[in-house]
Amino acid sequence: MIHTPRPGAGTASALDTDAIRKDFPILQRVLHDGKPLVYLDSAATSQKPRQVLDAMNAYYEQHNANVHRGVHTLAEEATALYEGARDKVASFINAPSRDEVIFTKNASESLNLVANMLGWADEPYRVDADAEIVITEMEHHSNIVPWQLLSQRTGAKLKWFGLTDDGRLDLSNIDEIITEKTKVVSFVLVSNILGTVNPAEAIVRRAQDVGALVVVDASQAAPHMPLDVQALEADFVAFTGHKMLAPTGIGVLWGRQELLEDLPPFLGGGEMIETVSMSSSTYAPAPHKFEAGTPPISQAIGLGAAIDYLTAIGMENIAAHEKEIVEYAVRRLQEVPDLKIIGPVTAEDRGAAISFTLGDIHPHDVGQVLDEQGIAVRVGHHCARPVCLRYGIPATTRASFYLYSTEAEVDALIEGLHTVRAFFG
Amino acid sequence: MKMDSMYQEIILDHYKHPHGKGLRDGDAEVHHVNPTCGDEITLRVRLDGSTVADISYDSQGCSISQASASVLNDLLVGKQVGEAQQVQEAFLELMQSKGQSEGDEELLEDAIAFAGVSKYPARVKCALLSWMAWKDATAQALAEAPVKESA
Repeated sequence: MIHTPRPGAGTASALDTDAIRKDFPILQRVLHDGKPLVYLDSAATSQKPRQVLDAMNAYYEQHNANVHRGVHTLAEEATALYEGARDKVASFINAPSRDEVIFTKNASESLNLVANMLGWADEPYRVDADAEIVITEMEHHSNIVPWQLLSQRTGAKLKWFGLTDDGRLDLSNIDEIITEKTKVVSFVLVSNILGTVNPAEAIVRRAQDVGALVVVDASQAAPHMPLDVQALEADFVAFTGHKMLAPTGIGVLWGRQELLEDLPPFLGGGEMIETVSMSSSTYAPAPHKFEAGTPPISQAIGLGAAIDYLTAIGMENIAAHEKEIVEYAVRRLQEVPDLKIIGPVTAEDRGAAISFTLGDIHPHDVGQVLDEQGIAVRVGHHCARPVCLRYGIPATTRASFYLYSTEAEVDALIEGLHTVRAFFG
Repeated sequence: MKMDSMYQEIILDHYKHPHGKGLRDGDAEVHHVNPTCGDEITLRVRLDGSTVADISYDSQGCSISQASASVLNDLLVGKQVGEAQQVQEAFLELMQSKGQSEGDEELLEDAIAFAGVSKYPARVKCALLSWMAWKDATAQALAEAPVKESA
């Protein structure tokens, strides 16, 4: 059926980026006046290798049918491909069971799903007016707003960890933030704006001590480093496909099996039921209980192909490659006059996204002048406005890296930033 | 180069040396934000009869939004409200032209330098921020003290 050729895996820690880049047609693009594309916006969305595009095309050209119904050949092939993708995800995150992997449309939906399950749950999981919800000040809006909504609807109190001046979580008051009243703690594993890798173990241990559920937003972690949900000891882990070489429209929520059995469904519809009468229904077991309606089939298959691609290269190798790039980028960026990194200034416990300000030059202007040189970065508050407020800045410029990023691209960025300074200086 | 059509010398001049910046007395005050990029402006309008006596503002944002506020102050202060509204409408039309209009130089003066910005959808809102704030503030000021038709 669908084959994913083994991509160019490198030796030791370094990746063979030349070979890898050949798998990504878009990276061959040339922009304005013959400038090669320098894509430094993978934290917003990654580019897609030909293997992923081919897998999705092959599905539509040869196997397209709705899943879990129909007895014809195509329906069975489509179901096998879709469920095969679930197996790949389960193995990728070391889930104890494939039934713990719920497909959603993105990480936002995954997090909203958890918040809604807990809002409608019975005791002991129910979040009500006596409960407290804990998040952090460095969350993406997708891990803030669902909890604000839950708090407003239930009367539960929303609390959060603040940040230190060097872009890390301030856990000094962890025992006052996470208390016996805390029902759920939800935090980001790797910040999309600061690049910080958070100390999950300390937070998980305290949450477990008080019997709170732990939700981890792994959107910026799953694409870049080995992710083991059992080692993490969380109760729920959310991430999205499009940041890890897969298409948009496919996300994952992993949850512990007994929780998924106990918690109520959120969206109702086809696919998620066992029997339906006009007065009531019973529900399918997880994960189908949480997948109402026709799912994103080709997108899930694309995610499966992306996982094959990443696994063939090796997540350890990808992490090592990105660490080298980030070390180099952090050093080179600090050579640029008036440039200030917002977040950790070393590569220690740091992901592949680096935010910075450049004197008084607004990030919009930085991004625009870089674009003229073929360099794609993200500018703005990166859906993490509280972080900008915390550091008293309106916005940042963010460069982010992935398995196909090279030191030459970092050099192009540095040169571009000098041009920006000359232009507005 | 394409970029030079966005970052005209006039725009960079206004950005580096903004005219009329700072908050002064006014008849109405508004605060507008551009949620996609965090550009912000607090703008006050003071009317003297049917004349735009002052437009004062405090703002933060990119070169385009800053320069645009400065040009707004240059162009509209001293004009009759009706004339100023015509200029505002012409500027709005220019910014919505997707690069297809060069703008009426007699009416828009320095503001025609923004014609190139209209080709960049992400930046049109930056250029319009102060102008929409002025429109809003002026409507409020007029509601407070309606201008009599001048003879």
